[in-house]
Amino acid sequence: MQNPHEERALLEVRGLSKRFGGVAALSDCSLSIAAGSVTAIIGPNGAGKSTLMNLIGGLFPPDSGSIVFDGRDITHEAAHRRARGGMVRTFQISRELGQLTVFENLMLAGQDARVENALVSTFLRGRVARSERRVAERARRLLERVGLFRLADEPASALSGGQKKLLELTRALMLKPKLVLLDEPAAGVSPPMVRELCDTIAALRAEGLSFGIVEHDMDLVAELADRVYVLAEGTRLTAGSYAEVTRDRRVVEAYLGGVA
Amino acid sequence: MIAYLVTILTLVSIAAIVALALNLQWGLCGMVNFGIVGFVALGAYTTALLALAGTGPILALAGAVAVCALAGGLVALLSVRLSEEYLAIVTLGFGEIVRVVSLNEAWLTGGALGLPGIPRPLIESVPSESYDWVFLGLCLLALAAVFLLLESLTRSPFGRLVRAVRDDDVVAATLGKNVLRTRVVAFAVGSGVTAVAGGLQAFHFSYIDPSQFTPIVSAYAFMAVIAGGRGSNRGILLGACTVMVLLEGSRFLKDFVEVLDAEQLASIRLILIGLGLILFLIYRPQGFGREPRRSAGSLLGEAAADGRERTS
Ligand SMILES: Nc1ncnc2c1ncn2[C@@H]1O[C@H](COP(=O)(O)OP(=O)(O)OP(=O)(O)O)[C@@H](O)[C@H]1O
Ligand SMILES: [Mg+2]
Repeated sequence: MQNPHEERALLEVRGLSKRFGGVAALSDCSLSIAAGSVTAIIGPNGAGKSTLMNLIGGLFPPDSGSIVFDGRDITHEAAHRRARGGMVRTFQISRELGQLTVFENLMLAGQDARVENALVSTFLRGRVARSERRVAERARRLLERVGLFRLADEPASALSGGQKKLLELTRALMLKPKLVLLDEPAAGVSPPMVRELCDTIAALRAEGLSFGIVEHDMDLVAELADRVYVLAEGTRLTAGSYAEVTRDRRVVEAYLGGVA
Repeated sequence: MIAYLVTILTLVSIAAIVALALNLQWGLCGMVNFGIVGFVALGAYTTALLALAGTGPILALAGAVAVCALAGGLVALLSVRLSEEYLAIVTLGFGEIVRVVSLNEAWLTGGALGLPGIPRPLIESVPSESYDWVFLGLCLLALAAVFLLLESLTRSPFGRLVRAVRDDDVVAATLGKNVLRTRVVAFAVGSGVTAVAGGLQAFHFSYIDPSQFTPIVSAYAFMAVIAGGRGSNRGILLGACTVMVLLEGSRFLKDFVEVLDAEQLASIRLILIGLGLILFLIYRPQGFGREPRRSAGSLLGEAAADGRERTS
């Protein structure tokens, strides 16, 4: 279903709900992310932002509601299929593959399942080597872009918190996604690196990539977001441009703790 | 003495094959297999039955590999939908099922009496006094083949995928990887490799019975992987040798300590081996080796070495 007043929606979430025992982490939440845009999702702690990310990413199924990505209903699709379909997410608490090197983290993300097949890996050495070299070139360019190439051969577990966030972003980009979902990409990242991150995201948007970003850093949201959704206590409070939602009295109250 | 050494080396190569298989499953893919002895036994019985039915040794081994790989794949499929601890229980259960079947289905397995008279490979074309040497050669050849296969698999994109699934299966799925399939394949390949060890054991003794397949076989494999360093195929070759030297070397205790009877000695040996392992874990917890990591330079090929820096 398309809204004629909006650009083409890449992601369309309708009436998503999720309970954990007695806690309604998310109730009847709808949102859409337009192709080529940066959409921010903000809200106080416990608002359900990460739960929304987990549902969209396919970590667990919703109690009700639907998710349509790129014209396809993916509500019940396995997480790895969503990723192959062009949607990739990062985690609020960095989840690097610690025993793999930084470079191997990217290689893994960029390599195709057909090459990772055990038989192909063993017997078609030439084809594997060629494919690996192509992926390696992309991995190097991306790591150079975010200044992590000098750490390429370090185990990922040895990176600082901020570097791990950057690693997750670049690793996600290796999948050549259409949509990248970032859960608090700036949390724990040093100010100069946040600057770097903002520029990188803006540049990628200019290249046509779409983003859904959960973030507490309001400067980053103000600078990047084309559209902002505000969540509180599991429900969508309001949506609009950054200027619009920050003028909204309910948003201020939600952040101060007393939801109207 | 030489004959004894040849036998020990033969058994070390067989044990090393089991340890290498466990390394793929547990060391690299994080799938614990407490019932690996069940797969050794399944491989041994399949090889023996096929060989007794007149199949050539190579074909009998191949059949055992196929049967074990299939069984391993099914066990992994059964348990990977459950949480990780269940795999420990399911594999233990598998080992027990194989033991009970081998003990009770006498029509097939000979029960407690076992299967005698398994035809040994090349027995007719080799003079009997040098047969043990030739068989050792075959075992070393099999070990080399298994090592090369697993080492190249470890360093390949498949190996990287397997390590990623071990480190964090949610992240692997988030990056588009089919975690279930990866685990099933890794476990099946490991089980197939284990079958080779079982088959060689059947040929070596030319007689198998359930008493050869006690849980201590699984314990040796775990000791070898821990001592060798999880993930490192090379370290595990060393680990398997070390464990065997400890096990066999402590046999000679009886020559030095005459006051103890055989039973006490057996217990003391186990205590010593346990102590050795604990000391090892304290002073070298990571084991002899480390899992291979591919450097950026090697993956980029010559491009990195040329210094053709391409920044964007
Ligand atoms: N796996 C879970 N099991 C039980 N409760 C959960 C789980 N995940 C989230 N919750 C609960 O759901 C609610 C929403 O949590 P969520 O992590 O989505 O919030 P958030 O908006 O991301 O908060 P923050 O800004 O602190 O990251 C919280 O009350 C949280 O305790
Ligand atoms: Mg959160």
